[in-house]
Amino acid sequence: MAQSMIQTQDLRFSYTALNGLAPVVLDGVDLEIQEGTFVAVLGHNGSGKSTLAKHLNAVLLPTGGKVWVDGMDTVDEEKLLDIRRTVGMVFQNPDNQIVANVVEEDVAFAPENLGIPSEEIRNRVDEALAMVGMSEYATHAPHLLSGGQKQRVAIAGVIAMRPRCLVMDEPTAMLDPVGRAEVLSTIHKLNKEHGITVVLITHHMDEAAQADRLVVMSRGKVIADGLPREVFCQVEKLKSVGLSVPETVELCWQLNQEGLDLPLDALSDEECADALRALFD
Amino acid sequence: MKPILETKKLSHIYSAGTPFEHGALLDVDFTAYRGEYLGIIGHTGSGKSTLTQHLNGLLKPTSGQVLFEGKDIWESKERTRQTRFQVGLVFQYPEYQLFEETIYKDIAFGPRNMKLDEAEVDRRVRQAAAFVGLPDHLLEKSPFELSGGQKRRVAIAGVIAMEPSVLILDEPTAGLDPVGAASILQNIHNYHTAKNATIILVSHSMEEVARTVDRLVVVNDARIPLQGTPREVFAHGSELEAMGLGIPQVTRVFHRLKALGVDIDPSVYTIDQAKAAIMAALKAHGRPGQDSGPSVGKGKGAV
Amino acid sequence: MALKDITLGQYFPGDTIIHRMDPRAKLLLTVLYIVALFMAKGLLAYGVLFAVLALWVAVSRVSPKAILRGMKPILFILVFTGILNIFYTPGRELWHWGFLTVTVEGLWSAFFMVVRILMLIASTFLLTYTTSPIMLTDGLENLMGPLKKLHVPVHELAMMMSIALRFIPTLIEETDKIMSAQKARGADFETGNLLQKAKAMVPLLVPLFISAFRRADELAIAMECRCYHGGVGRTRLRQLKYQSFDFAALFLALALCVGIFFLSRPGL
Repeated sequence: MAQSMIQTQDLRFSYTALNGLAPVVLDGVDLEIQEGTFVAVLGHNGSGKSTLAKHLNAVLLPTGGKVWVDGMDTVDEEKLLDIRRTVGMVFQNPDNQIVANVVEEDVAFAPENLGIPSEEIRNRVDEALAMVGMSEYATHAPHLLSGGQKQRVAIAGVIAMRPRCLVMDEPTAMLDPVGRAEVLSTIHKLNKEHGITVVLITHHMDEAAQADRLVVMSRGKVIADGLPREVFCQVEKLKSVGLSVPETVELCWQLNQEGLDLPLDALSDEECADALRALFD
Repeated sequence: MKPILETKKLSHIYSAGTPFEHGALLDVDFTAYRGEYLGIIGHTGSGKSTLTQHLNGLLKPTSGQVLFEGKDIWESKERTRQTRFQVGLVFQYPEYQLFEETIYKDIAFGPRNMKLDEAEVDRRVRQAAAFVGLPDHLLEKSPFELSGGQKRRVAIAGVIAMEPSVLILDEPTAGLDPVGAASILQNIHNYHTAKNATIILVSHSMEEVARTVDRLVVVNDARIPLQGTPREVFAHGSELEAMGLGIPQVTRVFHRLKALGVDIDPSVYTIDQAKAAIMAALKAHGRPGQDSGPSVGKGKGAV
Repeated sequence: MALKDITLGQYFPGDTIIHRMDPRAKLLLTVLYIVALFMAKGLLAYGVLFAVLALWVAVSRVSPKAILRGMKPILFILVFTGILNIFYTPGRELWHWGFLTVTVEGLWSAFFMVVRILMLIASTFLLTYTTSPIMLTDGLENLMGPLKKLHVPVHELAMMMSIALRFIPTLIEETDKIMSAQKARGADFETGNLLQKAKAMVPLLVPLFISAFRRADELAIAMECRCYHGGVGRTRLRQLKYQSFDFAALFLALALCVGIFFLSRPGL
């Protein structure tokens, strides 16, 4: 069997509550993610998408089912450091991930923890900062950077472990459009040019539309999985779980309600304009 | 329409006299009219937050004036204080400012600071909670037991309870999913219509402001380069993009459609307008039978 | 009001020989200087120490203005110490009014005390102004290393200190924000008596603490995700290394201590 980067099998998770009620957050998730792919996980607040992310590098451990990272079972405590250096994790708030008050010192944090020799740390820090386009800020103080820059520093801090997979838990939720664009193009570059597997948790339709594969979650279950253009065609289903679709798809869908026959997989501006143009032939 | 809140040649300089000196606002003339639904857009650092914090007297102008109902809000200490109650400001991520033991007490914080009697405080707290859709039985709970989205409702209710005639909200939907965002915007809209209050929505989401506001003010580089109806403002697509703002996706699609040679007005900015424009153009183009389907969609009408 | 303007122990980046010194050497240097300061007696000893301080300032290119500005918060303590020394030192009476007596010795002792505090503060400012906080913590961790044998959690303390330094600007910004938000709801942090003022702090402190705990929680998870597992087996990006200049400076500082000791012997 060709080994997948990440595999979950009937993954279940519920919080242990004091009053005996244990809300089920993940309710049997089966997912297989191949190395090198860019997977977006879309879901409304409380759909379980963040909880899923935290299972992918053993921040949380399943209460039922299994998670394997590169063949390693995440409950295996011996493998904990190996799992965490294979799957790097980036969180929503860049402020709460940055440990040091100089950019390069922060990027060095993970390699330092891994006991890598000083000269090699230097190389990794320079390489990671170059990969996220933050080399010129190496000696800056993080709190003076913009949100997008801070998040790129946080990404560099994870990249410095040379992980094969990056799991990002809504990395753009707190950023403005400029910062979001910066971070997204950085993530895409890491995937395309460096072959790093990306799992992007988001509730932005446009971010999901750019992925290779789109997984939609609702109430702890995967309810759709496929190419973004295939998934977004299921407009009614997405709406029923409180999600919206890109404006291009929404427009075509609404026009179809009026009796037109437009393709629902016209995701980009260009495709949508071309589809509309064809109406006038 | 009568102006309710104005700035005259308002400038604000941070760290004046140090090497870090920079002007966050330069000679800004801004007007909000009574009862209007206004949007302020601008990227981070454009000066939009500095502007909003002047509107209720949290920041003092370096030069220039801020007028509420025609009078300078810095005229006296009392006037500044009263302005803070009359011009309600909801900050970004307001859920992080909750502090009381119960939701009721937290919402009552503003009204109590206004020195209202308990009966009036009670009326306002219950009404504000109703505006944001918080059921009565939750009021005695701790705000810290709620979900993130509900905490935000409590925080917004805390400002609404002061019954301000101008309500300013900085990115009220940041971090919420589409359903949560739509519901908060609906709550705000309810307050707008019920109290004929002026609403100022500060945002960088073009789609969101496009759908909700009557008029738009664009802040960029410490000034106001553009203002007008969304239609007028979004006509300056390339300028907006140069300011790091961008325009709604449907507007982009229509600009492209026009470029492809279709005779269509590219100034649409909501899905409903776009749909109507396509249907009208098809009719003009002479494709009978296409308009025989249900004539009105489920969406809200274009403003 | 403007919390952001506080410049306590701020670091001013630079590229002088003082900036490049090993932080451990700088720490030891400061300690030795303070020791010398406490041994010093008499105008000559103080004169020598002042000259050394002036040289130190000149070489590190720290603006004397920045040092003086940093003294502002302790102005009150200075005046207070000065006055206490003027009035409560017994000796030859110079002036007398009611129970207040000014003596010649009092004036001298006040003068020396104030100068000593000023020079002490200035020397610590020189340390923090020329050493990045992270280098300072590294230096401290390294110097305290031997204490690990006595089960003092040196690494953990140093990590705590550097995280605290990292989050001070973030929390100050947050305090500003919460303060503005509560003011927008009519909170009044400025007027009222002490009790009212203390009560007015509740709407500020509760959210601040909650936020600090939330940040600590998230940071802990983020640190674990970056393979943090305590100080064991940890390497550093920058390895501390004494240069010949460090040794020379330490030697001179020792010499200074000895010199001051002999200069300040009674009878001289």
